[in-house]
Amino acid sequence: MLEVKNITVTYDGLSNAVDNVSFRIDQPSLVGILGPNGAGKSTMIKGILKLIPSQGETFYNNSPLKKVQKKIAYVEQKSAIDYTFPITVKECVSLGLYPSKKMFQKISTADWKQVDVALEKVRMLEYKNKQIGELSGGQFQRVLIARTLIQRADLIFLDEPFVGIDATSEKIIMNILYGFRNLGKTIMIVHHDLSKVEQYFDQLVIIDKRLIACGATKDVFTEENLIRAYGSSIIVKGSEKQCLPNL
Amino acid sequence: MFTKFIDGLIEYHFLQNALVTATVIGIVSGAVGCFIILRGMSLMGDAISHAVLPGVAVSYILGMNFFIGAIAFGLLASIIITFISNNSTIKNDTAIGITFSSFLALGVILIGVANSSTDLFHILFGNVLAVQDFDKWLTIGISVLVLAIIAIFFKQLLITSFDPMMAKAFGMNVNAYHYLLMILLTLVSVTAMQSVGTILIVAMLITPAATAYLYTKRLSSMILLSSLLGGATSVIGLFIGYSFNIAAGSSIVITSAIVFLISFFISPKQQILRKKVLSV
Repeated sequence: MLEVKNITVTYDGLSNAVDNVSFRIDQPSLVGILGPNGAGKSTMIKGILKLIPSQGETFYNNSPLKKVQKKIAYVEQKSAIDYTFPITVKECVSLGLYPSKKMFQKISTADWKQVDVALEKVRMLEYKNKQIGELSGGQFQRVLIARTLIQRADLIFLDEPFVGIDATSEKIIMNILYGFRNLGKTIMIVHHDLSKVEQYFDQLVIIDKRLIACGATKDVFTEENLIRAYGSSIIVKGSEKQCLPNL
Repeated sequence: MFTKFIDGLIEYHFLQNALVTATVIGIVSGAVGCFIILRGMSLMGDAISHAVLPGVAVSYILGMNFFIGAIAFGLLASIIITFISNNSTIKNDTAIGITFSSFLALGVILIGVANSSTDLFHILFGNVLAVQDFDKWLTIGISVLVLAIIAIFFKQLLITSFDPMMAKAFGMNVNAYHYLLMILLTLVSVTAMQSVGTILIVAMLITPAATAYLYTKRLSSMILLSSLLGGATSVIGLFIGYSFNIAAGSSIVITSAIVFLISFFISPKQQILRKKVLSV
């Protein structure tokens, strides 16, 4: 169970980028975090993980998050990661092993086999010796997911994993994420494409700096909640929902 | 010319000291420089190398070894820069600019106040030909220590350089590794001061690393190549400096820059020349 209590993030000391958000995710789920641009979705995740200064607390299975940090995986927006860094695909994936390693423990042959298995699962094994800068956006995202795979975290935070990636990569990643959920993990995903929300997520957290709604997708993915979050620029056609820019 | 250099090496102890010191500094600067450029901290390298100047002056005033004062001031500059960046809306490069220029100015004033025999010109631009035995051994000792720390903490430095947010999320103390790197940078800056001086240290740190970056796709290979280039350009630069009676520090830096320039056009990553040829 993930319990987020009163998370507030203030950037300039005056206004809140995330304002007193609290919610609870009771069972292993694929959770979509929705909200308009500037709603504070990524900031909220960083605030929850204390990657940036924030107020409030978060508990995972009743333990403060700080005490279970090794069970947490976080994948930042891929645009924030240095694509040009001299690191190969297999090395990048192997970073996922670090939380389980002791300070001076080396990566063993068995570990490298795990890396290969993870890369095979995201269909990236043939690229293992390439530098990450040689990959497409979708391939790089798959590598980051492979890294999460071997990290064996119970609580996974992904920030906009589907931005700028191809359909094949999106499908492969979703299959891995369904697998995570079936293994009892909770996956929190910052997402902006409303058209696939019902297909992808079991639960939703909708925010616009403050919490708008939280719960099962079928209950909270409603026109009313979306209008509260996105304003009247939201259009609803049957079961399809789209967000238009505010003009 | 080459024979004259070899003869000089056999005959003069000061040239032997210069060769060993310059090579060791080239190697260690090349290694630390890789982390500096990959973390986008080239300006920080410049700042710390300038910031050690008042430390050197204070050491002379207090009669201490100049390493102690230089390291203290280098770290102080790094702490001030990080504090300003983290606790205000002022951008990092602005914080660096303010800090390093102030420290440099303070250093010049303190050296004047100290009225010591220290030659400001040699501190600013180095004089590797004047390196004494003690300084040589100190340089070797510190360089071995720095390289050992990089080897021991390689995976931690790798992950905190590549994806610090991921590292922080699973509980790694990212700030501790930042300051560890600042300590290493300060140590290298102080040792390199003898070779190229505080003004040109940044070139020793970033030019071989930037050249190595153009050829490699793994951090470990980049560090090895950068160290090799740092050592080799130091030897070549010293040879040119000695042969043509020009400042050895500047000659080392120019040699390194020429290697970078050639690599910029021919390295596989750049492929500028290849693209140009293909487009004709």
